[in-house]
Amino acid sequence: MSRLLTRRALITTGLAAAAGASGLGVAVHLANRYGLIPPDHGGIYGVGETLTYAAQRVFTSRQLLAREFDRSHVSKVTPVNGPPPESETYQRFLATGFADWRLTIDGLIARPSSFSLGDLQRLPSRSQITMHVCEEGWSFIAEWTGVQLSYLLNLVGVAPQAKYVVFFPFDRWWDSVDMADALHPQTLIAYGMNGQALPAPHGAPVRLRVARQLGYKSIKYLSRITVTDTLRTVGKGLGSAASEVGYSWYAGI
Amino acid sequence: MAQSAYLRGLDIRDVDVADAPRHSAVVRITHWMTALSFFGLLVSGIAILLAHPRLYWGETGAVGTPSLLDLPIPFTLGHSGWGRYLHFLSAWVCVVTGLLYALSGLFSRHFRKNLLPTKTDLSSRNIVRIVSNHVHVRRPTEEEALRYDVLQRLAYLLVVFMLFPLMILTGLAMSPAITSVVPALVNVFGGQQSARTVHFFVMTFLVLFLLVHIAMVCVAGFTTRVRAMITGHGVPRREHP
Repeated sequence: MSRLLTRRALITTGLAAAAGASGLGVAVHLANRYGLIPPDHGGIYGVGETLTYAAQRVFTSRQLLAREFDRSHVSKVTPVNGPPPESETYQRFLATGFADWRLTIDGLIARPSSFSLGDLQRLPSRSQITMHVCEEGWSFIAEWTGVQLSYLLNLVGVAPQAKYVVFFPFDRWWDSVDMADALHPQTLIAYGMNGQALPAPHGAPVRLRVARQLGYKSIKYLSRITVTDTLRTVGKGLGSAASEVGYSWYAGI
Repeated sequence: MAQSAYLRGLDIRDVDVADAPRHSAVVRITHWMTALSFFGLLVSGIAILLAHPRLYWGETGAVGTPSLLDLPIPFTLGHSGWGRYLHFLSAWVCVVTGLLYALSGLFSRHFRKNLLPTKTDLSSRNIVRIVSNHVHVRRPTEEEALRYDVLQRLAYLLVVFMLFPLMILTGLAMSPAITSVVPALVNVFGGQQSARTVHFFVMTFLVLFLLVHIAMVCVAGFTTRVRAMITGHGVPRREHP
C-alpha cells in the first residue's frame, strides 16, 4: 500500500513539475511577446513586480480614463519634493522664460523634431483635473493642460517596432513608459497647471503627466524624448533613474 | 488514510478520531503561507507608512491640510522603495494563498463544518461559558481543543471574510490604474486617502487579532498547538497496529 502510494505520488509530482515548468515557459514566452515583463524584472522582487505589471496591463488594456474631478476638488495645497534644477542651463532657460528652450524628439520616429514652448501651445490641447499621488502618501488634485503625448507621437511618426518612450529632464530623474501609457489619452506633455503657466517647482517649462501611475512617474523639466524598442541600452537598463535607486519602474500600483 | 477518516464525518471509530489530523493539509500549508506573507506585508507596510505617518479622510491630503490622525513617529524617507517591492510580492503570495484556502474551504465544507457557529455554539449559555473560560484563562481539554469554540469561529470568520477582503479592496482602491477601470472601488470608501486610512486601521485590527491568536495558542499549549498546525497532530502520532 505504502509503496504504491509512494510511486503514485512520485509520478503525480513528476507530471505536475513537468506541466508546471512547461506552463511557466509558455507563460514567459507569451508575457514577453505581449510586452508584460517590466525592465526591473530581476531578482526575487522582480517576480511580484512582473505579476503586478502583467496583471494590470491585461486588466487596464481598454485604456479607460483615470478618475477626473470637477473644479471644486482642486487642492489649495500642492506640495513638491525639492526645488527646480540648479544647473546653469536650466537656470538660464528659467530666467529667459524658456524663450530658447526646445523639446527634442528623436529615436524610432520618421521625423526627428524639436518644439518650442509656443509650438506646443499652438497644438490642440487637453485639460484634465486629476489626482497627483506621491508614493510617500500625500496627494493633491490639480488641473493640468498640455498636448497629448499620443498627438505628438503621431506628428513625428512612430515606427511600428517602438515599445517605450524615454524622457530626459534637466534633473537626474529620467524615466520611461510603455506604449500603452504613452498613447493613453490622459498622458500629457503639460505646460499649464490650474489655468496658469506651469510653475517652476512643478516642472516648468513642461512636465509629463501619467494619470494612471503614482506621482514620481510624471517627471518634470523635460528636455528630450526618445522613442525606442528596448530599455536595455538606456542607463543601467532598468527603465528609469527611480528604478536604479530601488523604486519600481511601473507605478500603477 | 487519516485524511478520509477526518472527512467521513461522525460515524468514525475512536482509532480514526485519534488518528485524524486536527487541521487538513490545505489549512496547514495556507496557514503558514499566510503567516509568512502577512509578516512581509506588515514589515513593508510600516516601511511605506514611515515616509508619511499622517492619515487623512477624503480624496486628498498633504502636510498643510487637516489630518485625521498624526502618528507619533517622525517622517522617515528612504524605505518605501524596497517597501513597495516587498509589499506587492507578499500581497501576491497572500492573495493566491487566500484564494486557494477559500476555494478549498468551500469545496471541503471546512467553513460550514468548522467555522460557521452551530445553534448550540450561539446559545447564550454556551457563549457565557466560553467567555468565562477565556476571562479565567482556562486551558481547554484535549477533547475541547478538537473543535473551535464560538469565539474562535466568530474571530476566524471576521478575519477571513471581513478583514482580509477589506485589506485587498482598500489596497486596490489606492491604485490609480485599477480605479481607472473600477472607479467604484475607491468611491465607496469616500476617496483615495480614506482608502489609505481604512487600510491602516484594518491592519491594526489584524495585528490585534494576531497578538490575541498567539496568546491563545500559548494558553492552549504552545507545543501541541503549533505541532498540530505543522504535522496535523497535536500529540505524537500513534503507529498503526
